Amino acid sequence: MLKIENLHASVGGKAILKGINLEIGTGEVHAIMGPNGSGKSTLSNIIAGRDGYEVTQGSITYKGKDLLAMNPEERAWEGVFLAFQYPVEIPGVNNTYLLKAGVNAKRTHQELEELDAMDFLKIVKEKAKLVELDQSFLSRGVNEGFSGGEKKRNEIFQMAVLEPSLALLDETDSGLDIDALRIVANGVNHLRSEERSVVMVTHYQRLLDYIQPDVVHVLADGKILKTGDKSLALELEERGYDWVREEAAA
Amino acid sequence: MSEVKVERKPEEFTHNEYEAGFVTDIETDTLPPGLDENVIRHISAKKDEPEWLLNWRLEAFRHWQTMTEPHWAHVNYPPIDYQAISYYSVPKSQEDGPKSLDEVDPKLLETYEKLGIPLREQEFLAGVAVDAVFDSVSVATTFKGKLKDAGVIFCPISEAVRDYPELVQQYLGTVVPGGDNYYAALNSAVFTDGSFVFIPKGVRCPMELSTYFRINALNTGQFERTLIIAEEGSYVSYLEGCTAPQRDENQLHAAVVELVALDDAQIKYSTVQNWYPGDENGVGGIYNFVTKRADCRGARSKVSWTQVETGSAITWKYPSCVLRGDDSVGEFYSVALTKMRQEADTGTKMIHIGKNTKSTIVSKGISAGRGQQSYRGLVRIAKSAEGARNFTQCDSLLIGDNCGAHTFPYVEVKNSTATMEHEATTSKIGEDQLFYCQSRGISEEDAVNMIVNGFCKDVFNELPMEFAVEANRLMEVSLEGAVG
Repeated sequence: MLKIENLHASVGGKAILKGINLEIGTGEVHAIMGPNGSGKSTLSNIIAGRDGYEVTQGSITYKGKDLLAMNPEERAWEGVFLAFQYPVEIPGVNNTYLLKAGVNAKRTHQELEELDAMDFLKIVKEKAKLVELDQSFLSRGVNEGFSGGEKKRNEIFQMAVLEPSLALLDETDSGLDIDALRIVANGVNHLRSEERSVVMVTHYQRLLDYIQPDVVHVLADGKILKTGDKSLALELEERGYDWVREEAAA
Repeated sequence: MSEVKVERKPEEFTHNEYEAGFVTDIETDTLPPGLDENVIRHISAKKDEPEWLLNWRLEAFRHWQTMTEPHWAHVNYPPIDYQAISYYSVPKSQEDGPKSLDEVDPKLLETYEKLGIPLREQEFLAGVAVDAVFDSVSVATTFKGKLKDAGVIFCPISEAVRDYPELVQQYLGTVVPGGDNYYAALNSAVFTDGSFVFIPKGVRCPMELSTYFRINALNTGQFERTLIIAEEGSYVSYLEGCTAPQRDENQLHAAVVELVALDDAQIKYSTVQNWYPGDENGVGGIYNFVTKRADCRGARSKVSWTQVETGSAITWKYPSCVLRGDDSVGEFYSVALTKMRQEADTGTKMIHIGKNTKSTIVSKGISAGRGQQSYRGLVRIAKSAEGARNFTQCDSLLIGDNCGAHTFPYVEVKNSTATMEHEATTSKIGEDQLFYCQSRGISEEDAVNMIVNGFCKDVFNELPMEFAVEANRLMEVSLEGAVG
């Protein structure tokens, strides 16, 4: 699904990623953990195609294609989805309308017929139930006046509607109370499938209690320092990150 | 390997193609440039006007000569040479005036068709009557017969002067007097045509009325005058549209619109203004200096102004309501877009005089490119206006880093029972919002349109249905551009 080789990237001349190597197979769920400022968000933003990052070395191959050559909407059409850490508000733009435009742009790209309003509404209502999102959110402005938890649920709802092949969850658990965390995790688990890969970027082990990862990576100082199974996450929770750094330096 | 990607900034989306920029090649009878009393006498004689109207014009002209051009607006333009403008231009074929649509010059019909305004009745949107004004003269009015059956008068103002002189004399200049302001005085002296609407007592006008203004000839000014009278308990919805050819010279458009609403009458006045805005370097374009005012003379009368302003190099206009009647209502809904080098200073005045009068102001300004936009509004509550209420909302949206938005709200309250609310926001289409949309599969250009339309929605909802669609499209075309 996704292959990152020797990825170096900087922001405003400052090197953030210093040689990332990462391979994510189809249907796998990976967790990327790491301390603040380790480059976790930078990595997910670069995969989704955000401006302002300079890739100085390396490559990202997605479904056999050069991902870095595509603009963000092309990546979305190809099935990349980023659930934002801080979803922006877009006042006046209807939540459902935005999604419908996104879904139909993707369908047009796949040479499928556009969905009409009725069919689309049916899908949307069904998916909204998945994350226990009240129907009233569908007709509100995108994230307009949503609480922190509602914004995160809205991200997972959008993901459910857009049915990506590769879902990046950027600190989706931050700022969620236990109930909201459970709802979000349920939504993600529901979307787990043989064809879909998920990358979760997180600080805490907590999310992984709800969504069991196949692989856990530790990202620190711009590099993947250690890779393991879900027991690694528990070890990190207990011991912190420093021992991984020391181990890597040794 | 480094990422090679062309970064596109939001402001690049706002370079546009002006679709209405063509010129109609037609023979005209045009007065040489210049303005003096003889020119005014000539216009008046051409139109076979009664003595009182000529005198009214001359009085306005003499007043104008004592006035100085106002410069308080937040706009910049070189001085206008009023002697370099021609004040009268008429297509030759129209000199005697067509008796019916069949006699209208086919070239003119073609012009309006190109603009999407077919004047042949059977082809036009059912339920909309159109008066088409080409340079200085009205060339066609549709559905006159059907309207007449309902008792509605909808005709060029020059025709109204001839056929209904008492009505015109009774109301002309009672809302915007001849010497009201510099441009209104100039208009009063030289106005050539425009629409006249009269809705008799108790009549609900059976269709939308629409006037389509087109400036064609070079170096001419357009000075139309519109007068709408809604008698007791009547209702009318009126729409005006405006375009002009793409020319390197600036052209002056100084219109006056007067609305009179008697007891329980309602007037809904919508404008889609798309005069040529000039090019990205600020060459050419229309100077749109317009005085629009409604007199809510009767109790419980209501006037709504809705405007979508996307064109003109310079816009200076403040559609206003004088809320004289008790319980009368004034509304102003505005979307204005300034891009490239366009400048607009626009807003409204709500003058509360009657008791329990109510006004609503919703202004949405969008600035892109090097556009500069100012909202200027006055809400005045007179001593007599017991229990008056005003709500003002004034939002600005910026696209890019080189444009500007300014707000000048003035409030004068002389009665302590008044309720005033004012909300204002300024926002910028952020890279974050665009990226968010893109990550959902929506192209940057579509995202800009989506955000702008969302921003304008409250105002577009006030437009008659057909025109809301047109306004949406116009915004998209205006913002369309340099993608890829």
